[in-house]
Amino acid sequence: MPEAVLRARGLEKVYRMGEVEVRALHNVDLDLYRGEMFVLLGPSGSGKSTLLNILGGLDVPSSGTIHFFDHDLTAADERELTRFRREHVGFVFQFYNLIPSLTARENVALVTEIAESPLDPAEALGLVGLQERLDHFPAQLSGGEQQRVAIARAVAKRPDVLLCDEPTGALDVQTGKLVLDVLARVNRELGATVAVITHNAAIARMADRVVRMHSGEIASVVANERRAAVDEIEW
Amino acid sequence: MRAIHRKLWRDLWHMRGQALAVALIVASGIASFVTARSAYDSLWASHVEYYRAYRFASVFASLKRAPLVVASRIAELPGVEAVEPRVVLGVTLDVPGLPEAASARLLSLPDRRPQLLNLLHIRRGRALDLSRSDEVLVSVPFAEANGLTPGRRLGALINGRWQSLQVVGWALSPEYIFEIPAQGLLPDKRRFGTLWMGERAVARAFDMEGAFNDVSVSLGPGANEKTVIEGIDRLLERYGGLGAYGREDHPSHARFIQEFDELRAWGRLMPAIFLGIAAFLLQIVTTRVVFMQRDQIAVLKAFGYGNGAVARHYLSLVMLIVAAGVVLGIGAGLRVGRGLLDQYAEYFRFPQMRHELSPALVAWGLAISALAALLGALGAVRRAVALPPAEAMRPEAPARFRAGFLERTGLLAVTSPAGRILLRNLARRPGRLALSVLSIALAVTVLVVGRYFLDAIDLVMDVHFWTVEREQATVLFTEPLAARVRHDLLRVPGVLRVEPFRAVPVRLRFGPRRERTVLFGLTPGAELRRIVGPGRQEIPPPPEGVVLTDFLARTLGARTGDVVTLEVLEGSRTVRESPIVAQVDELLGTYAYMELGALRRLLGEEALSGAYLAVDPLRNQAFNAALKATPAVGGVSMREAAIRSYQETIADVFSTFTTILIALAAVIAVGVVYNGARITLSERGRELASLRVLGFTRGEVAAMLLGEQATVTVLGIPLGFLMGYGLSGLIARAYQNELIRMPLVITEASYAFSFLVIVGAAVASGLVVKRRSDRLDLVAVLKTRE
Repeated sequence: MPEAVLRARGLEKVYRMGEVEVRALHNVDLDLYRGEMFVLLGPSGSGKSTLLNILGGLDVPSSGTIHFFDHDLTAADERELTRFRREHVGFVFQFYNLIPSLTARENVALVTEIAESPLDPAEALGLVGLQERLDHFPAQLSGGEQQRVAIARAVAKRPDVLLCDEPTGALDVQTGKLVLDVLARVNRELGATVAVITHNAAIARMADRVVRMHSGEIASVVANERRAAVDEIEW
Repeated sequence: MRAIHRKLWRDLWHMRGQALAVALIVASGIASFVTARSAYDSLWASHVEYYRAYRFASVFASLKRAPLVVASRIAELPGVEAVEPRVVLGVTLDVPGLPEAASARLLSLPDRRPQLLNLLHIRRGRALDLSRSDEVLVSVPFAEANGLTPGRRLGALINGRWQSLQVVGWALSPEYIFEIPAQGLLPDKRRFGTLWMGERAVARAFDMEGAFNDVSVSLGPGANEKTVIEGIDRLLERYGGLGAYGREDHPSHARFIQEFDELRAWGRLMPAIFLGIAAFLLQIVTTRVVFMQRDQIAVLKAFGYGNGAVARHYLSLVMLIVAAGVVLGIGAGLRVGRGLLDQYAEYFRFPQMRHELSPALVAWGLAISALAALLGALGAVRRAVALPPAEAMRPEAPARFRAGFLERTGLLAVTSPAGRILLRNLARRPGRLALSVLSIALAVTVLVVGRYFLDAIDLVMDVHFWTVEREQATVLFTEPLAARVRHDLLRVPGVLRVEPFRAVPVRLRFGPRRERTVLFGLTPGAELRRIVGPGRQEIPPPPEGVVLTDFLARTLGARTGDVVTLEVLEGSRTVRESPIVAQVDELLGTYAYMELGALRRLLGEEALSGAYLAVDPLRNQAFNAALKATPAVGGVSMREAAIRSYQETIADVFSTFTTILIALAAVIAVGVVYNGARITLSERGRELASLRVLGFTRGEVAAMLLGEQATVTVLGIPLGFLMGYGLSGLIARAYQNELIRMPLVITEASYAFSFLVIVGAAVASGLVVKRRSDRLDLVAVLKTRE
């Protein structure tokens, strides 16, 4: 059994949305192993994003525990969580969340400047096939290109875990596959644990393990016998 | 440059319109601060240095005539350091090129010993050659106004004879940084000046050998001014002493200090207003920026930027805006400050006036602006820091609206949907609404108070110079002359009416209080010089008792019906109990009045001090020529000429002042309206675009967008009128002194002016934002997540 990078036990999350109370997670136990490709499936509102945010130290659970190797993140304060994210986690968001006032290279540099042994921004952008678009602003890039910049930004720090929230959600099939290919390559070449959350079941075929969520609970965990290559996948 | 710094600069560029509006408000505050404080510091340093280097005396006294030995007795008084006795006389001058007679104060300069006090600064030409008796030094403003370059000659009526005097130099004295005639209220550079002449020449001409009629005294360390004044009064009583006084009652010094206090008040009030508004605007702008960038903040945090880095980032944004304002403000303040000082240099004459900006002042400017910025931005920055990254990723919950006050009023039932949107949005942020209204009100206040000064001065001039004093000329006799002089004056060509008067210095006592003033004996039924307050009701000079200027009565703690003690300070030195029969709320000067006949009986003599004249304007030339040839006339003041010259001098100052006011108020109005509308557009762009999609026109959407700002402006203006009136009232209360009582009067024209400036600025900024709302990209706005 490979080593668990992240280990969650009995996670609960309740938050307020306006004046409504929402129960987002209920009794979630989950391990993320080193170097695995992991897909979290579920319809919208099933609690995927909440779980991912907690795993990445962006949010804290209402109860339950979470460990990064042997570090207890449950008890971590804001400063420790910031350090955790800075040193170990990369994020890819559905809406890219690039800084509109910075170019592709600068968006990546924003992260490499505060990381310990990062890739060069140009190198990271090369990894996602954007070596020609270094000095373009987000507004001058297509959706797929913006998402690849976001991936470059996430991997440039050589994270232990790359957390991707619906990375293809806003993209057409061709562009989406291009992005998935990049994720697979990052997983392979940098050895980072990659967790992808999606409501697109087809993507699950490229994973080592697939977790299905429903109404804030884990419904099933399935290990794939074989990881499909990206060009085998269609949706 | 680090990526996060690039973000900073690009964000700043992106919001340049709003940043500029805020920076200009900061700049206005700092400019007012630097203008007032640098002028203040420069004036203060100049006058302190001038007084020290030229040995300005501390106590002054005039008297009828005393032998010089009395001066050495004054010198022996404890606390007295140096004594400077001299002769001071009023003379009539015939200045080449000036049709009417001018008058001057002629001062003797010691020629057998060095001068000890009130030393002269020779600006041009040379000092007096004391072996010659026809040389004079002339005060700089008078010399400049009349082109009296060294070498030129002027005529002076000295002891009844015209004598030709040669100007050898231009001089400044610390006694006359502000030069006005002895009893006068306005400076008149062309018709009044100061001359200095050798002591022997003066003594010979005026029969003052071995005597003096004026003395200045300096005090040693630790001396008690009050004791010295009492000592001098005691010594001079026998010699017709008119009462000694300290610097605070010295006309030139008092006027200077008054100006100084105004400057200080301005330097405090204006920066407070502007930096307060800047803090408010920064608050709404940074709150909005932080809100708009909450996903970016989340990304920064997701990738490990700590709270400190995020806080620094947004604080830097604010500080850069403020820094731009400070730099702009200091630059503008230096320029305006130098201009202001140049204008002061027309009024207050110093040997040199250096305009200086101390580093400490710059540091102060920076510190108070940084404080305002912090105050404004702290809340937003704290919100940015506290923003949980996961929450920021989620779309914002819809803004909270609840049925509340507005619904209960039933007001909404009668308004259109657009009206409801407007009212609900205003009611949702009562704090922002209140501060916006307050900011507009402050802009209006700045205008109203600025105009108040002009209105009050106008009224004072109007009441005093068109209702109280209506003569064309006032003549003062060198000696109180007998009654028949009235008939002589009537024979002067052009003279239509002669109203003789008697004026004597008196001391009034009521209980423990005492005040020095001038008691006028006026002719009954007078038309030229009357006793009138702002109510324009005339009080006839009383045959029994006295009429007092209201302010004088209050200073004495006396009221109509009380009996005051009148001590005449010259001649017979009569002391008499006299009832106050009326009080008059005159705005300029403080005086006591009675009927001419009553005053003559009180003094036991028939003499006259001078006369008010009505002159046929067509015969001015003949009148002036004849008067110049009348030896008994010691001074002539031409009222209209004085007013005209004063108004010319201040017209410049007033127009500069008005321009600055408009600029300052417009900066606030533009800042508030432009920023407010931009924020609304940003907050509700999606909503407004949706309305367009639903079929609302550009005009209707713009009306909803700008309706809030229009409401703010409409509410702010009347509040500003009230605040302006209130602040003017406070200022009026602060300006109640012996010289002037500022009336509280603001004309409709001033309100209209303030209204127009603010509405103009608001409409202009609204139109700029409307152009943006016209270009709303409907599809894009609806597609992208906010």
